[in-house]
Amino acid sequence: MTIASDAPTPTMDSEELRRARLARIQLVAKWTLPVIVMALTLLAWHLYVTINEVPHYILPSPAMVFQTMFTDWGLLSAAAWVTTKLSLYALALAVIGGVALAVLFTQSKWAEMSFFPYAVILQVTPVIAVAPLIQIYVDSAFAAALICAWIVAFFPILSNTTIGLKSADHNLRDLFTIYGATRWQRLIFLDIPSALPFFLGGLKIAGGLALIGAVVAEFVIGRSGTGLGLASTLLEASYRYNFARLYAALFLISGLGIMIFAATSLISHLSLRKWHESALNRES
Amino acid sequence: MQAPLPLGSRPPVLRMSAVDKVFGADIVALKGMQLDVNQGDFISLLGPSGCGKSTALRLIAGLMTPTTGRIEWSGGTGQGDLGVVFQEPTLMPWTTVAKNVALPFRLRGKSGAEVADAIRNALDLVGLSGFENAYPRELSGGMKMRVSIARALVTNPRLILMDEPFAALDEITRFKLNNDLLDLKTKTGCTVIFVTHSVFESVFLSDRIVVMAARPGRVIRTLEVDEPYPRAEAFRTTPEYAAHCRAASDALHDAMGIAA
Repeated sequence: MTIASDAPTPTMDSEELRRARLARIQLVAKWTLPVIVMALTLLAWHLYVTINEVPHYILPSPAMVFQTMFTDWGLLSAAAWVTTKLSLYALALAVIGGVALAVLFTQSKWAEMSFFPYAVILQVTPVIAVAPLIQIYVDSAFAAALICAWIVAFFPILSNTTIGLKSADHNLRDLFTIYGATRWQRLIFLDIPSALPFFLGGLKIAGGLALIGAVVAEFVIGRSGTGLGLASTLLEASYRYNFARLYAALFLISGLGIMIFAATSLISHLSLRKWHESALNRES
Repeated sequence: MQAPLPLGSRPPVLRMSAVDKVFGADIVALKGMQLDVNQGDFISLLGPSGCGKSTALRLIAGLMTPTTGRIEWSGGTGQGDLGVVFQEPTLMPWTTVAKNVALPFRLRGKSGAEVADAIRNALDLVGLSGFENAYPRELSGGMKMRVSIARALVTNPRLILMDEPFAALDEITRFKLNNDLLDLKTKTGCTVIFVTHSVFESVFLSDRIVVMAARPGRVIRTLEVDEPYPRAEAFRTTPEYAAHCRAASDALHDAMGIAA
C-alpha cells in the first residue's frame, strides 16, 4: 500500500505549484481581460458602423465620438464640471446631513421616533416627482438640482450610520458604563468607531446615488435651457440628433461614476485596512 | 503590590447582604445572596447555567441594581476602581493593544508618564511587552484575553470581576492562563471574583468557592480551599487538590440535583 519514492520532498507539491500559477495568471487577467473586451467591443462597433454605412445620426462610430470629445471639449468639460460639482456637493451634504441626523437619532429615541418615518417618506417618494416642485420654489437651477441629488444620496448614509452607531459590542458598552464614560466619550470612543464600516458602506452607495440624483435632476430641471451639466447636454444633443455628442456626454457620466466609486472605495479601504475584516488580505 | 495577608485579617472590600434580583414580575435570578469580599480574596462563583452567577457579577459591577438587599463597599465611597474581564476579550478592534489597555485612564481624562508606566507595567505582568502597537486581530485568542486582563488590572483596582474569561479557549491555553493568573495574583495581591462552571479551574485558582444553584439562583455552599499561594502547576496532581475537587464536584451535583 505504501508508495516508496526516492525523490526528495519537494518544497512545493504540484497542487501548490498549480495554485500559485493560477493566482499569477488571475492577477494579470483581472486587468487585461476587461481591456481586451473593451477593445473588441469598440472594434465591433466601428466595423458595424463602417461596413453597414450607418448614418451618424443613428449611430456614430467610436472614432467620431472620440473626435467629438475633442472638438466639443470646451462645452463638455464645462458641463462635466457642473455635474461633478453637483454630485460631490450632494454627497458632501448627504454625509453631513446623514451623519448628523444619525447621531441625533441614536442620542435621542424621541427624535428618532418623531422624524425617522419622514426620512423614509423622503426616500421612497421618487425624486423625479418632487423635482418640478423644487424647481418652482427654488430660483437657482443649480441649487434645485443639488436638493434633488441630496435627497437621493442622503438616505443610505443616514440608514447605515444609524445602524452602525447602534452596533457597538454590548460588553464594551458595559465596560464604558463601569468606567463611568460620559455620553460624549461613549459617542467618540465607542459608537463612532463601531459605526465607521457601516458608514463607509453607505458612502459607497451614496456616491453612486449622488450622481444618479444629479443626472435625474438635470433631466428635469436643466431641460428649460438652464444649461446645467452633462445630463442636460446629453438631452439637448439628443434633441439635435447630435449623437456623437450624446455618446461623448454619456461616456463622461460613466467615467465620473467610476471615479466616484473608486474614490469612495479607496477612502473605505484606507480607513479600515488596519482592523476591519472586510479590508484584510487573507492568506488562504 | 502588597503581600498576601492571612485569611481572617484582611480588610473588607465589599459586602452583599440579602440581595435579591427579580427580572420582570416573577423571574427570580438571585435570591438572598450573601457575600463578603476581603482584600486579596480569590473567590470563584461556581454553578450551572441560570444559577445567577453572572447576575451577581453584574450587580457588583453596578450594571444593575438589586431588587432588595444591599451591596456595600467598604469606606462607603462606591465601587471606585473596578476591573472587568468578560468571556470574550472585548477589545476595541480599531485601535492598538496599548490604547485598549489605556481605556480606563482615557475615560477618566488621565494621561502622561504615570499612565504610560502603568500600561507598560500591566502589559509586562501579562507577558505582552513588545505588543503595544499590535492590533487585536494580529493576536491569538489567548493573547487577546491577556490584553483584556491587562486592561482590567491597569488601574490597580480594588476588585477584579472575571466572567468565565477562559471558557472559550482551548484547554492548553486555559491551563497556561490559569497559572499566569495565579502568578499575577501573587505579584499584585489583587482581589478577584471569578465566575466559572469548571470545578477544576475553581479549585486551582480560588481560596473560596461559592457554589450556586439555579431556579431561583442562590448560594448553596461555600468551600474554603486552604492551600497556600503561590500554587504551582504541580498542585493539580496533589491528593489535596483531588479532595477539594471531589468536595466541589459533590456540591455542584447537589446544586444540580436541587435544580432538577
